[in-house]
Amino acid sequence: MNNKTKVKVENLNCFYDDFQALKDINMEIKSKEITALIGPSGCGKSTFLRCLNRMNDLIEGARIEGIVCIDDYDIYQNGTDVVSLRKKVGMVFQQPNPFPKSIYDNIAYGPRIHGIKDRSRLNEIVEKSLKNSALWEEVKDRLDTSALDLSGGQQQRLCIARALAVEPDILLMDEPASALDPVATSRIEDLMKDLAENYTIVIVTHNMQQAARISDRTGFFLMGELIEFDRTETIFEKPAQQKTEDYITGRFG
Amino acid sequence: MSRKYKQFFGFMALRLAGLIVLFVLFYIIYDIVSKGLSSINWEFISQPPRRGMTEGGIYPAIVGTFYVTVITALVSVPLGMFGAIYLNEYAKKGRLSRLIRMAIRNLAGVPSIVFGLFGVALFVQWFNFGPSLISAGFTLGLMTLPVTITASEEALKTVPDAYRKGSLALGATRWETIKTNVLPLAIPGMMTGSILGLARAAGETAPILFTGAAFFIPHLPDSPFSQFMALPYHLYILATQHHNISVVRPIAYATALVLIVLVLLINLTAIILRIKYRKKFENK
Ligand SMILES: Nc1ncnc2c1ncn2[C@@H]1O[C@H](COP(=O)(O)OP(=O)(O)OP(=O)(O)O)[C@@H](O)[C@H]1O
Ligand SMILES: [Mg+2]
Repeated sequence: MNNKTKVKVENLNCFYDDFQALKDINMEIKSKEITALIGPSGCGKSTFLRCLNRMNDLIEGARIEGIVCIDDYDIYQNGTDVVSLRKKVGMVFQQPNPFPKSIYDNIAYGPRIHGIKDRSRLNEIVEKSLKNSALWEEVKDRLDTSALDLSGGQQQRLCIARALAVEPDILLMDEPASALDPVATSRIEDLMKDLAENYTIVIVTHNMQQAARISDRTGFFLMGELIEFDRTETIFEKPAQQKTEDYITGRFG
Repeated sequence: MSRKYKQFFGFMALRLAGLIVLFVLFYIIYDIVSKGLSSINWEFISQPPRRGMTEGGIYPAIVGTFYVTVITALVSVPLGMFGAIYLNEYAKKGRLSRLIRMAIRNLAGVPSIVFGLFGVALFVQWFNFGPSLISAGFTLGLMTLPVTITASEEALKTVPDAYRKGSLALGATRWETIKTNVLPLAIPGMMTGSILGLARAAGETAPILFTGAAFFIPHLPDSPFSQFMALPYHLYILATQHHNISVVRPIAYATALVLIVLVLLINLTAIILRIKYRKKFENK
């Protein structure tokens, strides 16, 4: 497939005070594809994700240079409505962060913020989002219990459901399967493939097989640089860079 | 062996410090109860003073202290909450917020008699409220502001940042995030801290001395602009200004007892609130 470009990143640099966490990143993320980001810990994957929905704005001392265009709109230009940007670009955090509310209220949080009050509409959204994140069967009888009582893996799926409930265009997922067992993981992977029919997905993963299984394109980060970005088959079968090959084959940490 | 002894004596010193605190508290309570309890009866808490305060009760002072504490709360709790929300949620860590914090710290150190003089200048004279409940309440409100702001900020700090970020990432505005995802968790803590500050204010004499407390008024204040009697001031008069101090000494102790019970009741509210909300958190 040769979809159109959804996100275009040009010469992106990101600094935390004096430390440069991203160095001159160029990347085109295609619409309705799954893009996987891989690389060793601390190489800047989460930082890169946060550049795409301007969550770095919230970090004191973070500074960004370069251009990030979503649907041909530069999201760092003056006057950008950050609130609607974040509605459009959903995010699942590396650490599951359920709110200390009921399961139902967690999922309904976003829709309510965006003005949906009708109870039956909310019920529908909650059910659909939980089904999509493969959590519905486990929690359908206790939607009004606290989300903090869920297991770590369930919390991760809850956070996915919560992000889906606002129907974003783009979904950024930071290691969404890190606390999941193989069954739940494969359900999340199936889910992502389904979601990719309608959404553009960017996923950070430390699991090479996962990246290979589900993604259309893969980017390999190393110390703040995007070493290689290509179709997933190419990256995994005949990478252009020696460093990429070393990383994928596990020859380096 | 010597390390063990060091440890032993260290512990003993620490424990002693703790016990001294306990002893002082109980001694004060014991002293007041033993000397004041016999003068307390229904008349004492339901009647105004009579015969130059040698007979009758302290009803107007109880009511006055209650009213002035309510006004204090109305001033200092909202201001403290809003100030804390601004400082913790909105203000960038820059010059201005450093300046405000410094002001709060210094305000906390200003002696209460100075607040009293300031209240005279600002509320009694400048705003022309006269010596009144409202002047005294506002003065006490400003005096407790550092406590309510600090308590509120501490409460906001206990709300994990992940709740804010999670909400913002869903496209909520900052204010929506604070309103729906931060305040509900912080308000119990804000309340407990603020109430403890109010309990302190209820027992203050100096700030109300010139701003509205009256030596003797046989009736209750009928508007916020009336002068009023207050327990701490009444106690101060009975203990030091009365023409027949030895005769009114039991009444002074009884007044102290009522004041202490009142303050403990206020503190108890704070404690109950805290326990109730802690339970609620633990269930979740
Ligand atoms: N808030 C911050 N302030 C300062 N430095 C930061 C901050 N967040 C990240 N960094 C630094 O930026 C670099 C990239 O961090 P980032 O979290 O993006 O890595 P990552 O690739 O997501 O790692 P991991 O796989 O462990 O999650 C690291 O060196 C990190 O120490
Ligand atoms: Mg990360």
